[in-house]
Amino acid sequence: MDYLKAFLVGGIICVIGQILMDKTKLTPAHVLVLFVTSGVILTAIGIYEPIVEFGGGGATVPLPGFGYSLAKGVIEAVKTDGILGAFTGGISATAGGVAAATVFGYIMAVIFDPKTK
Amino acid sequence: MKNINKKDYEKYVNKKIPKPKIIKNCMWAFVVGGLISTFGQLITNFVIDNGLDEKEAAIATPVILIFLGALFTGLGIYDKLGKKAGAGSIVPITGFANSIVSPAMEFKREGFVLGVAAKMFTVAGPVLVYGFGSSVIVGIIYLLLKR
Repeated sequence: MDYLKAFLVGGIICVIGQILMDKTKLTPAHVLVLFVTSGVILTAIGIYEPIVEFGGGGATVPLPGFGYSLAKGVIEAVKTDGILGAFTGGISATAGGVAAATVFGYIMAVIFDPKTK
Repeated sequence: MKNINKKDYEKYVNKKIPKPKIIKNCMWAFVVGGLISTFGQLITNFVIDNGLDEKEAAIATPVILIFLGALFTGLGIYDKLGKKAGAGSIVPITGFANSIVSPAMEFKREGFVLGVAAKMFTVAGPVLVYGFGSSVIVGIIYLLLKR
């Protein structure tokens, strides 16, 4: 059941992205920026949390889920550390992903060459 | 009359043509995006079964997905998938890894600093700027509202 919900929610979020790309002039980069920012805002106003509770990986794997981690992290950090938490919370919560993206991204880019066809 | 008919016909055709393409694109996006999300759920369940708590799993899952996204981009498989899957492969966190590796590989000949390292962040950079930026703003607003 977990998996079915994840499939549905993840699929729907990607369809929204696809419609944005096909119907507007937004590039993939614009869609990613839009989705991360939306994730932060929707989490801050309490809309995204229920979606995560329902969809699990379907809500956390797509990019709005990255925004969700940022917003959740920052709100928790503000509760404990005040103003400093506003600066550390989001980045701390997503540090693993960002470091992984930097390190693995670099390694793969150095090891492999683009496939030209 | 013929001209008008032709124009009307073109309008009619233009209206008709993109539609099936969008539906097809959306179906691909739905299935591939759904499958990657399901796979993410599988990883989360797996690491929780192996002793991680929920918070740790929320860190481990994206790390593993990013690794796989970067690896399959390097192998040239992810971009092949992306041609069909569109947003289904772009929107998941694996697509974020793809957006880092793709340009970095492409610009390797420009060196390891201004080529690889700089181009890694052509898409990821803006994502982090707006992501981090909005999280700080949310934090400050939350702080002000809490008082």
